[in-house]
Amino acid sequence: MGNIITVGMADLKTCKSPDGLITLGLGSCIGIAIRDPKTGIGGLAHIMLPDSTSIRGNQNIAKFADTGIVELVRQMEKMGASRIRMVAKIAGGATMFQSMSKNNLMNVGERNAAASRAVLKQLNIPLLAADTGANYGRTVTFFPETGDFHIRAVGRNETVI
Amino acid sequence: MSEMSLEHVTNNYLDVLREIGNIGAGNAMTALSQMLQSKVDMQVPQVRLLEFSEVGAMVGGEEQLMVGVLLGVEGDITGSIMFLVELEAAKGLVKKMMMGYESGQQGLDEMETSAMMELSNIITGAYLNSLATLTNLCIFPTPPSLTVDMAGAILSVPAIMFGELGDNILMIQSRFSDEVEVDGYFILIPDLPSYQKILSALGIV
Repeated sequence: MGNIITVGMADLKTCKSPDGLITLGLGSCIGIAIRDPKTGIGGLAHIMLPDSTSIRGNQNIAKFADTGIVELVRQMEKMGASRIRMVAKIAGGATMFQSMSKNNLMNVGERNAAASRAVLKQLNIPLLAADTGANYGRTVTFFPETGDFHIRAVGRNETVI
Repeated sequence: MSEMSLEHVTNNYLDVLREIGNIGAGNAMTALSQMLQSKVDMQVPQVRLLEFSEVGAMVGGEEQLMVGVLLGVEGDITGSIMFLVELEAAKGLVKKMMMGYESGQQGLDEMETSAMMELSNIITGAYLNSLATLTNLCIFPTPPSLTVDMAGAILSVPAIMFGELGDNILMIQSRFSDEVEVDGYFILIPDLPSYQKILSALGIV
């Protein structure tokens, strides 16, 4: 077993197998896990908002789906991963409060999921599995060695996608 | 939209919020103690500007089970306010409020949820009243919405709202003790134009 590296909110990290990556308590945010199976290089981003271009305070590139995923891929490539082999899984994007489903800002979970899918598509990275939406938080752990993406939620059995 | 960022606002705003936090939390505790019909002691609230990465640790870890209540803010200013308390503490408060009732399940049952919403209504109402009195603005909350989940997941909601402005979250921690010490957290999230309104109403800008 390798080390498990923690990824914070609006943060991204890379690792090499057998190490893994974890991010705790994803709510409306999305955890995007990418790996290159051949090299065992993996990355996990915890993004908060869909689009950096619609916001002024956009210095932290890990905060947005568009800039965050691109940066994650860039860092992985720098470590020796190849874009052509990369595959992705995503989780999160919950609607934490019922009253939030009504207005636009509130539906940010769904918008985050849609933006993440769109950016992955743009980068030609296949999305192998996703567990998004619903109304509960998720803690996710990613193992680039196997590609297993473990999802833990309160009062639910742990699932692996 | 104005050019100001949260950091920009922050120094003056923090002082003001600390004061509002003090008075507001004081009023909230008075309301709480009337509701529980027992004395509730309170420490001076801490107003903190936190990086997103620090938020989880502040409330006892991202996976700490908490009750989060989100209310909209309407009137002269718009935005949201969130009240957070640890699940076990919330259960204790509700039990006291409902003369010993407890569901015994992991989360909150319907009765407990409804009591907790009422309690949050009163606490956040008292807090918003202080803000309204100090600013002379008309401010009222919309009906609450409650969830029980991991702290990180609940806090992602205000974090995202703040995330549109910057990389920090402004949080008021008020520790009150009844028979046990309870940490309650208020997070006021004004929409961007409302910052200006609050500050100018207080004569700062």
